[in-house]
Amino acid sequence: MAETNQFFIEREQNKYEVVIGLEVHAQVTSASKLFSSSSTKFGAEPNTQVSFVDAAFPGMLPVINEFCVKQAIKTGIGLKAKINKKSIFDRKNYFYADLPQGYQISQYKYPIIGEGKVILDMADGQKEIGIERLHLEQDAGKSIHDIDPTNTFVDLNRSGVALMEIVSKPDLRSPDEVNAYIKKLRSIMRYLGTCDGNMQEGSLRADVNVSVRRQGDDNFGTRCEIKNVNSIKFMQMAIIYEANRQVDLIEEGKSIDQETRLFDTKKNETRSMRSKEDAHDYRYFPDPDLLPLEISDEFISQIKDEIPELPDEKKKRFIDKFNLSSYEANILVSDIDTSKYFEEVIKNSDVKLATNWITGELFAVLNEKNLEISESPVSSNNLSKLINLIKDGTISGKIAKTIFEEMIDGDKDPQTIVDQKGLKQESDPKALEELINKVIKNNTSKVEEYKSGKEKLFGFFVGQVMKESKGKGNPQLINKILKDKLNG
Amino acid sequence: MSDITKLSLNELIQNIRNKKLSSTEITNSFIERSEKSKKLNTYVTDNFSSALEAAKIFDEKPNMDLKLPGIPIAVKDLFCTNGVRTTAGSNILNNFIPPYESTVTQSMWDEGAILLGKLNCDEFAMGSSNETSFFGNVQNPIGENLVPGGSSGGSSAALAANLTPVTIGTDTGGSIRQPASFTGTVGLKPTYGSCSRYGIVAFASSLDQAGPMSQNVKDAALLLEVISKFDNKDSTSIVFKRNKYSSELTNNIKGLKIGIPNEYRVEGMPKEIEDLWKKGIEIIKDCGAEIVDISLPTTKYALPTYYIVAPAEASSNLARYDGVKYGFRSEGENLIDMYEKTRSEGFGEEVKRRILIGTYVLSSGYYDAYYLKAQKVRQLIKKDFDNVYNNVDAILTPSTPSSAFKIGEKTDDPVSMYLNDIFTVPVNLAGLPGISIPAGIDNKGFPLGLQIIGKPFDEQTILNIAYSMEEKINFKNNITDWWM
Repeated sequence: MAETNQFFIEREQNKYEVVIGLEVHAQVTSASKLFSSSSTKFGAEPNTQVSFVDAAFPGMLPVINEFCVKQAIKTGIGLKAKINKKSIFDRKNYFYADLPQGYQISQYKYPIIGEGKVILDMADGQKEIGIERLHLEQDAGKSIHDIDPTNTFVDLNRSGVALMEIVSKPDLRSPDEVNAYIKKLRSIMRYLGTCDGNMQEGSLRADVNVSVRRQGDDNFGTRCEIKNVNSIKFMQMAIIYEANRQVDLIEEGKSIDQETRLFDTKKNETRSMRSKEDAHDYRYFPDPDLLPLEISDEFISQIKDEIPELPDEKKKRFIDKFNLSSYEANILVSDIDTSKYFEEVIKNSDVKLATNWITGELFAVLNEKNLEISESPVSSNNLSKLINLIKDGTISGKIAKTIFEEMIDGDKDPQTIVDQKGLKQESDPKALEELINKVIKNNTSKVEEYKSGKEKLFGFFVGQVMKESKGKGNPQLINKILKDKLNG
Repeated sequence: MSDITKLSLNELIQNIRNKKLSSTEITNSFIERSEKSKKLNTYVTDNFSSALEAAKIFDEKPNMDLKLPGIPIAVKDLFCTNGVRTTAGSNILNNFIPPYESTVTQSMWDEGAILLGKLNCDEFAMGSSNETSFFGNVQNPIGENLVPGGSSGGSSAALAANLTPVTIGTDTGGSIRQPASFTGTVGLKPTYGSCSRYGIVAFASSLDQAGPMSQNVKDAALLLEVISKFDNKDSTSIVFKRNKYSSELTNNIKGLKIGIPNEYRVEGMPKEIEDLWKKGIEIIKDCGAEIVDISLPTTKYALPTYYIVAPAEASSNLARYDGVKYGFRSEGENLIDMYEKTRSEGFGEEVKRRILIGTYVLSSGYYDAYYLKAQKVRQLIKKDFDNVYNNVDAILTPSTPSSAFKIGEKTDDPVSMYLNDIFTVPVNLAGLPGISIPAGIDNKGFPLGLQIIGKPFDEQTILNIAYSMEEKINFKNNITDWWM
C-alpha cells in the first residue's frame, strides 16, 4: 500500500486543502511558578500551592523565575529558533474568576523566542514546519463548575504556572501531520527536559487554527480557532469536523466567519464560542512591574553547552554509526527514554540484536502491559545480558524468548535462569554427534527415504535431535553435523 | 517634659538614647494627642494598644544601636501592615487585613520603630486633597476646612499636627511633596527604584515611590536611610551605592550649580509663588551655590502625559479588586453582575474616572495614539532632565502652584485639581528624586513649599541643598491646635 501524506476533502466538483496552524501551550518543567516560589506539583489539594503573588494580593509583585527563562531558551535552541536577547512581558487584561490579577502576564510584541523550525518524518519523506514564535506566560487558575449547582469553585494551584506558547506557521496540511508535529515537539521538549508533555495532566494543550481552500489556491481561507484541545486524537477529530464544516459552507455558497470555537468531545463537533466582533480587547501593555528581559550572550552559550543530543541528530548518528534503517532509528529516538534504554543496552551488546529485541519483544510486552519504557519490567542491563547469551551461542534465539518471558517477572538475571533451568545451549560437537547417531539409529527407514531423494525429511531429523537435546542443541551445529552424517 | 510631641525625630532619638525619655512615654504622648485630634480625621485605623505594648517591650530591653529606637510612627494606609487593616482609603478594601508586611515598613520596624496607626489618604492615592478617601476628608491643621493636600493628606496633617514624629507617604505624581507643601512640612520622593514597592497597594507601578515626610530635613535624611534599600521582591528595585544620608548631611553646598527652569513659570501662577521662588534663588546664592537658567522644553506635556500613563497602569492594577478573593463583595446574579456591583459600590468617583480613562487609552485603536505616544513623550521629558544635568547639580522650582485650598473648592473640577501636580509630575515621569521644603507663607498665612529636584540616585545632594536652605529660611509652622 503506497502511503501518502496527501489529505484533501473532496466534494463533487472540488477538492479542498486544509491549512492548519497550532498554538501549543506547553507547561514549563520547573519546581516553582513563573513569577513566584509556589510549587507547581500536579495533583495537590486545591489552593495549597498559592502564594500571595499568585492570588494577586494588594502590593504583591512578580519576580521572574530565572530557571523558566532558561527552559524557554533551551526549547528555543531545540526548535533551531532565534533567541531574542531582549523581550518584554505584557499584561493581557481580562476579568475572570480564576484570573486573580485581572490580567495574565504574557509576551505580546516582543517574545523571548523568534522563528524556528521542526522537521517531521512523514511516510512520504521529511517535511519542515515553521515556528513563528515562542513566548512565556502565566497559566490561569481553574474554575470548577460541577461541584455545586449554583456556585463556582476556584482552584488557584495552577495560577502563575509557567507556560510556553509555541506558535507554528500555518504549514500543517493534515491530521497526520498534526499528530507528527505534536509528537515531535513533545519529543524535543522531553529530550531537553523543558516540558514533560503529559497531556492527561494538561502539560500540553493546543489551540488549533483551521482554514480550507480549493486545491491550487494560493490565498488562505478565513480561519477559525478551536480553543484548548487537550489530546492529539481530539485535535484530529476537531480538524476533520471543522474542515468539513467550512467546506460545506463554501459549497453552499456561504461565507466563513472568523471566530473562536470549542470542540465538544462528546458530540464530536465544534461550536461557536465567540465571533470576531465579540473578541476581547485585551488592552495589552508592557507590565510596569517587570523590566524588559535582557539575556546575555554568556547566558545563552552556557545554556547551549547544556543542550543534549536531540532526536534529529541522534537519529542521524544511529543511522551512520549503527547502520540502522531510518525506520528503526525513528522508532528508537522518538522517545528520549527509549533512546536512553537502547544506548544502555548496546553499551555491552550487539546493536542489531538490541534493535530487534527492543522494537520486537520488549515493545510487545510494554504495549500489552500498558507501560512506559521507563517502567520496563526488564532492565536494560538484563536485556543486554540476554543478548550476549544469544550472541555467544550460550542460548538459541528460541530459548531466549522463553527466558525473556521469565525475566519479565521481577527483572530476573537471564544467566541465573539459564543456570537454574539448565537451558545452556549444547554446543559440544561430540555430545551432539551422539544424539544424532541415536536419532539415525532409531529412524533407519526414514534415513533410507532421505538418501533416496526425499530431502524434505531433513527438517524431521533436526526436530528429532532438538527433541533429544531438550531444545538446547545448537541449531547451526546440529544442521552441520547432521548433514555430514546423512550425506556421508 | 511637657511637649514631647513637638520634638523632632532626631531629638526624640537623642532623648531615648540618653534615657531621658522612654519609648512608652513618647508613644503615650503621641497617642494622647492623637486621641484629642480626631476632628482632623487623620487615622483610618489606629494601632494604639499594640503600639503601647511594643513600647513596653522595647523599654524592657532597649536596643539603642537601632536607627529608630522605640519611636512610634504612623504610616499612610497604602502600606500593607501584617495583621493591621490596610484600606488604601477605599471601601473595596475596608475589611482587608494583610497577612504580610511591606518592605518599607518592615525596614522601619527592624530599626526599632513602632506602628502607631494607619493614616488617611485619597482612595488608592488618587487625589490631591484627600477628599477622595472613603473614610472622609482630612482637616489641615494649619487652618479649619483647608485640605491637607493629597494623596498623603492624612500623613501630612498628622505630621504637621504632631500626631506622629515622622511618617511615610507614597508619591506617584506629587503625593508626598504637595501635601508637605500644604502643611509646612518636609517631604521627599526618592529616585524610582530606591525604595521597594513590595507590599504597597499599587496605583501606577512605573511612577509609585515611597518616601519620608518629616518636620525637618535631618529627620527626612534619617528616615530615608532606613527605608531606601535594594529588595529582590521588587523587580524594579535598583542596586546602587546608597549614602548614609543622615551622617553625610552637610550644609556646605558651595560651588553647586542649581538650575532654574524657564518653563516652570506657568501662566496664571500667583505672584506670591513667583516671589517665593525668587526668595529661594537668593537663598541658594547666599549659600554659595550658583544659579543657572535652564530649559526643560517638554515640561508642558508632562501633565497630559501623566494623566495617560498613570490611569492606564491604574486601570490594570485595580482589576484585582473584583470581589472574588478578598475585600468588599456585593453579591450578584452571576459573575459579571457581581463584578459590576462590587466595583460600582466598592470604588469612589475619582477612582472610577481614572479606571475609565485608563481603559480607554489602552483600548485597541487608541493605544498608539495615547499610551504609546505618552510613553514617547515621557522619554523626551526624561531626556530634557538628562540634558540639563550635564550642566547643573539640581533644579529649584516651586512645589505647588498655590497654597492649601478650601475643602470642597475643587471637587467638582477635576482638571483644576490635576493642575496641583504641575510642578511635581515631571519628576515622577523622569523617575528623579525631589524634595519639598517649607519656604514661606502666602498672604493668607498658609505655608508654601519649594522643590529641589536631583539627579537620579543623588538624594544626598538635594538633602544637602534643602538642609542649607532650611537653616536660612528658618520656617516655623503656625499651628494653633484649633481643633482641640
